[in-house]
Amino acid sequence: MTSTVQTASAASLSRPSAPPARRPGGRSGTRRIRPGRIVLGVVGIVVSLIWVFPVYWMLNSSLLPNVVLQSTTPTWLPFGGSLDNFVAVFSGGTFLPALGMSTAIAIITVVFCLLFAFLGALAISRFRFRGRKAFVLAVLLIQMLPAEGLFIAQYKLMGSLNMLNSIVGVSIIYIAAVVPFTIWMLRGFVAGVPADLEEAGMIDGLSRTQAFMRITFPLLAPGLVASGVYAFLQAWNEFTVALVLLQDNSSQTLPLWLRGFIQASASRATDWGQVMAASTMVAIPVIIFFLFVQGRMTSGLVSGAVKG
Amino acid sequence: MTTQNLVLGQADPPRQARPRKKGRSTPYLLVIPACGILILALGYPLVWQFITSMQRFGLSQQFGQPPEFVWFDNYVTLFTDPYMWTVVARSLAFCLVTAAVTMAIGTLMALLMNAVHSAVRITLQISMLLAWAMPVVAAMTVWNWLIDWRRGVLNSVLTGIGLDFQNHNWLADPLSFFVVAMVIVVWMSVPFVAFSIYAGLTQVSTEVLEAAQLDGATLSQRLRFIIVPIIRPVLAIILLLQVIWDLRVFTQIRLLQDVGSIASETNLLGTYIYQLGVGSSDFAMASAVSIFVLVLTVALSWFYVRSMLKEDES
Repeated sequence: MTSTVQTASAASLSRPSAPPARRPGGRSGTRRIRPGRIVLGVVGIVVSLIWVFPVYWMLNSSLLPNVVLQSTTPTWLPFGGSLDNFVAVFSGGTFLPALGMSTAIAIITVVFCLLFAFLGALAISRFRFRGRKAFVLAVLLIQMLPAEGLFIAQYKLMGSLNMLNSIVGVSIIYIAAVVPFTIWMLRGFVAGVPADLEEAGMIDGLSRTQAFMRITFPLLAPGLVASGVYAFLQAWNEFTVALVLLQDNSSQTLPLWLRGFIQASASRATDWGQVMAASTMVAIPVIIFFLFVQGRMTSGLVSGAVKG
Repeated sequence: MTTQNLVLGQADPPRQARPRKKGRSTPYLLVIPACGILILALGYPLVWQFITSMQRFGLSQQFGQPPEFVWFDNYVTLFTDPYMWTVVARSLAFCLVTAAVTMAIGTLMALLMNAVHSAVRITLQISMLLAWAMPVVAAMTVWNWLIDWRRGVLNSVLTGIGLDFQNHNWLADPLSFFVVAMVIVVWMSVPFVAFSIYAGLTQVSTEVLEAAQLDGATLSQRLRFIIVPIIRPVLAIILLLQVIWDLRVFTQIRLLQDVGSIASETNLLGTYIYQLGVGSSDFAMASAVSIFVLVLTVALSWFYVRSMLKEDES
C-alpha cells in the first residue's frame, strides 16, 4: 500500500508542470494529456480501490451465505448473494433493542446538545462579556480531553447517581462531550448572520422574538442541521464511554452489540456473513449522514490554520 | 468534495462582533446550560479523579471503609513501576509512528489529488470519504474479518501468491499486533489529513508557481519556498491533532485485544486505565494514570487551542 503511494508522489513530484486541474483562472487551454498524467491517474485509481476495499468487502460478505465464506478461496463478487444475512440479524432478537437504545441516546444527545450549544454560541458571538475569553478557552480545551482520561470517574459518578446502564446517564456524558465542539461550529454560523438584519426586522415592527424566529433562525438552519448531524454521529458511534457505563447485556448500544460478535469470533466459528450484515446496518445511516457534514467538520477543525 | 469550498468559504466569514451594551446578564444566562452540563459530566469527575488519585483504594475500601489520604504516593508507585514506563513508551512509540505514517501518506494523497484528472480525484475522494465515514466499531469488525486467521482474505491472498500464511495469526505477536493496529488507524485517519492538506494546496496560486518556474525555480525549490510555507499552518495543526488523537487510541486496541492477544503485552495508556479501573477496581491507580494522560493531552493541546483562540479574536 505504502509503496504504491510513494511511487505516486515520486511521479507527481517529477512532473511539476502538470497544470493542476480545475483551478479557477488557470490556463486550461494549454492542457495536454501526457503519459505521466496517465500513470498518475492509474496510480490514483489503484489507491482508491485499495482504500475502499474494506468497505467493499463488508458489503460483499454481507450478501454471501456462510457456506461460501467458509471456503478457503475468497469470493470476490457477490453473485448469487441474497439478503438472508440481513434477515437473520434482524430476526435475531438482539438487534432491535440495541437499535432502540442507540436511537434514544442519539436523539436525546442531539436535542439537548443543539439547545445548549446554540445558546452558548449566541453568547460568545453576539456578546462581549467578562469571562467570555475563559469560556472560549474552556470550550476549546475540553473538546481535546480524551474520554479515556475521565471514564473511570464518570463511571463512579453514574454509579453513585444510580444511572449505570441508563439512557439518561450515557446521554449526559455524551451531551457534555459534544457540546464544546458544537458551540465552536455554531459560533461561525451565528456570527455569519448579521444582527443588523434582525434589527431591520424590528424597525419594521417585529418583536425581538419574532425577528429572531423569522429572520435569524431560518438563516441558521443549515448550521443547526450540520451540528445536529455531528452530534448524532458522535453519539451513534461512541464506544469507550458506552463500554464502561453500559455493562448490562440488556442495555447495549449498537457499537457494543457489534463488539459482541467480535468477542464471539475469538472463541467459536463466526458467521461472518451475519457479522458483516450487522456492520453494514450500523454503518449505512452513518455514511449517509456523514457525507452531509464532512465539509463542516474539516473546516471547523482547521479553519484557523487554513486562514494562516 | 465540498471540503475545499467550505474551508475556503469559511476562510473569511463576515465578522459580526458588535458588542451590545444592554442586557448585561443575558450572556451569562445563555451559557448556564452548557456550563451546567460540563460541570456535572466533566468538572465533577475531574475533581473526584484528582482527589481519588491521592487516596489509597484497597480491599477494605471496597467494603465501605473511608479511603486513606496518601498525597502523591500513588504517583510515586506508578512512576517507579517499570510496567507503567513500558506502557508509556509503547503508547508514545505507537502514537508518534502512527502520526508520522498518517501525515506522510496523507500528504502524498493530497499531492496525488492535486495532480490527477478531476475524475480520478473524485474517485479518490469518494473512496476516502467511505473509509472516513465508517463507524469505528463496524470498521473493526471488517478488519477483524479481513485478517481472520482461518478464513481471512489477507491470508488467502498471501497464500495464493505463494507465501506461507495459511492460518497465520496476525494478532499473536505483540509487534505484529501493533502493526495491524497502526494500519487500521492510518486507514481511518488519512482521509481527514489528505482532505485538509488538499484544501490548503488549492490555496497555492498557480500564477505564483508559474512565475517561479519561469524564473528558473526547480521543483524542490518551489516545494520548499512556496508550497510548504503556505500550507505549513495546516500541516502543523493536523500533525498536532494526529498526535493527540493517536495518543488516546482505545477502541481499536481494545477490540483487537478482544479477538485474542495477551492484554498485558499490548496495553496502551487507554486500555491500561480500563484494566486498572474496570478490571481490577483500583480506582486510585486508575485515576493517577488518567490524570497523567490528561496533563499530557492538555500540554499537547495547548498549541492547538492557542491557534484557535487567535481565530476567535480576529
